[in-house]
Amino acid sequence: MYDEINVQTMTTVIILLSIVLLVIVIMQVSKLSDLYARIRGEEAVEDRLNRNQGMAMLLFMVGLLVLCVVSAWWWKDYMMGYGPHKAASAHGDTLDRLFNTTLLPTGIVFVITHIALFYFAWRYKKVKGSKGKHWAHNNTLEVVWSAIPAVVMTYLVIKGLLAWNSVMADVKANDAYVEIEATGYQFAWHLRYPGADGLLGSRDFKKISGDNPLGQDWTDPKNFDDFHPDEMWLPVGKKVRVRIIARDVLHSFFLPHFRVKMDAVPGLPTYFVFTPTKTTEEYRNELRNYPEYNVPKDPADPESKMLWEDFNYELACAELCGKSHYSMRRIVRVVSEDEYKVWLTKQHSYYLSAIRGKDSDPNKGKLLDFEIKANREALNTAIESAEKAGSGVNANYGAVAADINTIPLNYVQFETGASTLTEDSKYQLNDLADDLKKYPLMKIEISGHTDDVGDPAANKILSQQRADNVKAYLVAQGITAARMTAVGYGSSKPIDTSNTDEGRQKNRRTEFKITAL
Amino acid sequence: MSAAQDQETDVLIREQGYNDHFHEEHHGDKYQSNFITHYIFSQDHKIIARQFLITGIFWAIIGASMSIIFRLQLGFPEHSMAWLKPILGKWITINDAGMGSLNPEFYYALVTMHGTIIVFFVLTAGLSGTFANLLIPFQCGARDMASPFLNMLSYWFFFLASVTMFFSLFLSTGPFAGGWTAYPPLSALKEASDGSGAGMTLWLVSLTFFVVSVLLGGINYVTTVLNLRTKGMSLWRLPLTVWALLVTAILGILSFPVLVSGFFLLMFDRGMGTSFYLSEIFVNGHALENVGGSPILYQHLFWFLGHPEVYIIILPAMGLTSEVLSVHSRKPIFGYKAMVYSILAIGFLSFIVWAHHMFMSGVNPFISNFFVIFTLIIAVPSAVKVFNWISTLYKGNIRFTSAMLFAIGFVSMFISGGLTGIFLGNSALDIQLHDTYFVVAHFHIVMGIAAFFGMFAGVYNWFPRMYGRFMNETMGRIHFWITMIGAYAIFWPMHYMGMAGVPRRYYRFDTFDAFNQFAGLNQFITIAAIIVFAAQILFVFNFFYSIWYGKKMTTQNPWGSNTLEWTVPIHPGHGNWPGNIPTVHRWAYDYSKEDSDKDFIQQHIPLTEKEKAEQANH
Repeated sequence: MYDEINVQTMTTVIILLSIVLLVIVIMQVSKLSDLYARIRGEEAVEDRLNRNQGMAMLLFMVGLLVLCVVSAWWWKDYMMGYGPHKAASAHGDTLDRLFNTTLLPTGIVFVITHIALFYFAWRYKKVKGSKGKHWAHNNTLEVVWSAIPAVVMTYLVIKGLLAWNSVMADVKANDAYVEIEATGYQFAWHLRYPGADGLLGSRDFKKISGDNPLGQDWTDPKNFDDFHPDEMWLPVGKKVRVRIIARDVLHSFFLPHFRVKMDAVPGLPTYFVFTPTKTTEEYRNELRNYPEYNVPKDPADPESKMLWEDFNYELACAELCGKSHYSMRRIVRVVSEDEYKVWLTKQHSYYLSAIRGKDSDPNKGKLLDFEIKANREALNTAIESAEKAGSGVNANYGAVAADINTIPLNYVQFETGASTLTEDSKYQLNDLADDLKKYPLMKIEISGHTDDVGDPAANKILSQQRADNVKAYLVAQGITAARMTAVGYGSSKPIDTSNTDEGRQKNRRTEFKITAL
Repeated sequence: MSAAQDQETDVLIREQGYNDHFHEEHHGDKYQSNFITHYIFSQDHKIIARQFLITGIFWAIIGASMSIIFRLQLGFPEHSMAWLKPILGKWITINDAGMGSLNPEFYYALVTMHGTIIVFFVLTAGLSGTFANLLIPFQCGARDMASPFLNMLSYWFFFLASVTMFFSLFLSTGPFAGGWTAYPPLSALKEASDGSGAGMTLWLVSLTFFVVSVLLGGINYVTTVLNLRTKGMSLWRLPLTVWALLVTAILGILSFPVLVSGFFLLMFDRGMGTSFYLSEIFVNGHALENVGGSPILYQHLFWFLGHPEVYIIILPAMGLTSEVLSVHSRKPIFGYKAMVYSILAIGFLSFIVWAHHMFMSGVNPFISNFFVIFTLIIAVPSAVKVFNWISTLYKGNIRFTSAMLFAIGFVSMFISGGLTGIFLGNSALDIQLHDTYFVVAHFHIVMGIAAFFGMFAGVYNWFPRMYGRFMNETMGRIHFWITMIGAYAIFWPMHYMGMAGVPRRYYRFDTFDAFNQFAGLNQFITIAAIIVFAAQILFVFNFFYSIWYGKKMTTQNPWGSNTLEWTVPIHPGHGNWPGNIPTVHRWAYDYSKEDSDKDFIQQHIPLTEKEKAEQANH
């Protein structure tokens, strides 16, 4: 390794010495030209010099203008707003057109002034016999070339501000839009979607922790359905409001294909409202028409996907945020509304999958409104399906296998080691009571089950007592006792393994079985 | 331009000049200087000018070298940089295969330092510092600056700032790496970036010293121009260089203190637990206590200087260009009064456009309306200046000295860079273009090239005034053409990258499909940069070689210029003029006048009868 460095160092030294040598050569040649000037006579030399430099000015002008045009043409299909890169958002076209509106007068000025500058430099070079003219000012010209730029600038300002104020306007009270959130942090983006309620839950930076990267306040019900996808999926044609914030330093939310950019500031939520108008598929199909994109993505592997096929919209960070500023990437997908809806169904609430029931869950041990609601619905559905199954009602009390008639009472809990019902249990039991009232002919068997820890006999007694308490509660709600049987099965009917905590927890349960309907 | 003309000048000054009794007062041992007071802690504006210039050249080499290193990373990301390990040490990591890669944190330190060094140390101190010191006393007809002592301090505070910043380059946690704009919270939190620790502390200290230097210089320049002009030198007879340097100094005095206030608040946030810029931050696993501050406050305070700063950089270059174009076309600068008014307008407007750097920062979009309006307005006086420069060439008698080549190149670059400013100044377009290579292209063309060209024009033109010798013209022309062509080659393609959305300050582009399409272009840019860098080395050699071995100046006024700095002896001493100071009778632009036998009439030449009559009739 050190040999290699030495070789490389030597190479560097040799290159540097060559440069120094080159410089010395140039210096000597230049001194010669001084000498030459003195021999030939300053005037003759100056004459030739001015002619040469003057011609060089002219040639440079031609070269510059031609190369500018040619290079722009060569690269045009890579630039946003040209070729396949028409804007993928509703406001993007306006901005692209404004760019061209600006390009026209500035391009004209660029060409004309450069022609004038270099042409005059060549035309008025000092040669033998030439003279300058003492032309010091012309007020008319000053007025003209102040007024014309002023008028053009005014036009650009008006067009620009009209576009600006329209693009940057926030959503109005009765606008229909999807609000999502992007949080920049060193060095990635957290995306958060509002879930079914359409509302983003509140957050507090002091609550940020390992399993709560955004500091979401889990006591705010709006947070329960929020999910954190890896990719930003958007339905085409629907207005989106992105709430943008940062967690540590400044970042910037940049969607180049959509002409969207806004800084992410810690402590100051910002926003950008836009409507995607082209699905990822549509954009790919447009790229397909251009030879620059009809090449394999990996030049080393001709079998790899084509560049156009592999295209995806991307989210980038556009404000220096530290050493990995260049790698904060998320894929953005714009899909049809149907595809979007399907995608939504596949997303899981972050709270439910990562927090609920854990120590960090402030609602641990409590029942949440939506859970009560969901449970009620599940109960109703189960009973309806049992009803539909009709005479498939199993009158055999001894059946072990869970069947369509066995419905778990997950939210019926007891004080630890005792048979007293917890306060929250009443919710589910009230639902059950309602259902029993709804189906006056329904009969149920209430069963208590324990895990296999401890004395089996004691377990059996405990489970019996618990089942009895459930029955007693229902009786207190007005259900005829005769419609219900309470059985304690102890640890005899596990539904999961007894070797793990989770398995044992599942085994500790209360259920009821519909025995008649 | 001949010995006879020199004698004429001397005679005129002796007979018609103004006797301010300078040399009677400055007699005897009191003003015998030793080596230290003559060359080191000099209070003579001519030496101080050279001190600024040489320190500026030193920093330019460092700043440009940094750009070559990071351009190597950008142009050739897959190539090994192991060969740089002897110089960069721990900032190059070598993997098992022997591939050397540049530490990304250090890449950002290079980019940050490059910007800081070139903007502040080279283009502010090296450009204004040099030419304000050199030209203001001369062109006003003054003996020296109003306070030579403060002037000396101005240079030495710059020196102190330089030492501090140079030291920070060698810290083990690395120099500051958060961009020359130093936005908090990144610049406030060492947890967010290693360079934001000691590196940032030194950066802030260095720039505080630097601002002291600018303020001390600035008060001197303004006072000298307003109070120490010689007899007959009314404001309207001043050359455009002095107008430009005057307005530059005023801009500096008014805007740099705001930067320092922004820095002080940042120092408080960093070290005293305040929350001016910080609010609701979770970094490195902890939530910080700070609540209530706003990073946007810093941006306002920074850019309140930051925008005038770019005009502080370009105005002197404009002044130098105006002078060089005029002298070497043998024509008055076209529209002198319009040029003065444009300088004043640009100076004034430069204070009310700062938030065009902040369109996407999260400020209320409503206020951006005002900044768009004023930004596009500032294009008008800038355009006027361009048209006036071009008209200066019209019907001229042009000598293509190196200085003149750079002055013409300046106009081209200012047009190119200025026009892209019109895109960026329109906030709606800035949504897409902000923080992309389009911005990088824009500011490099106006600052990195145009301002430098003005500086080169100044150096080549006034080198004889500084050292009594000429720089080699052949090397100067080679320097010009390589730089002119090369600089366009470097920065023009960056517009395309910006238009494709490629963000700036990216260590590599291959993490994004959208930005990964310019490998060939980046290689091209890097190679062009290396060639242009080599041409600058040629300039540096030319500069230092010519100090001792350049062609000697044999007459006082080799360029046939009208301004007063060419009426002093070839090696001017303390007090500039050995006897009286010249009395001024005319403006600085009487070139190619009809009835004159020479194609120039210096400012101290009295009016002819005919001229007096013409003036009476106006």
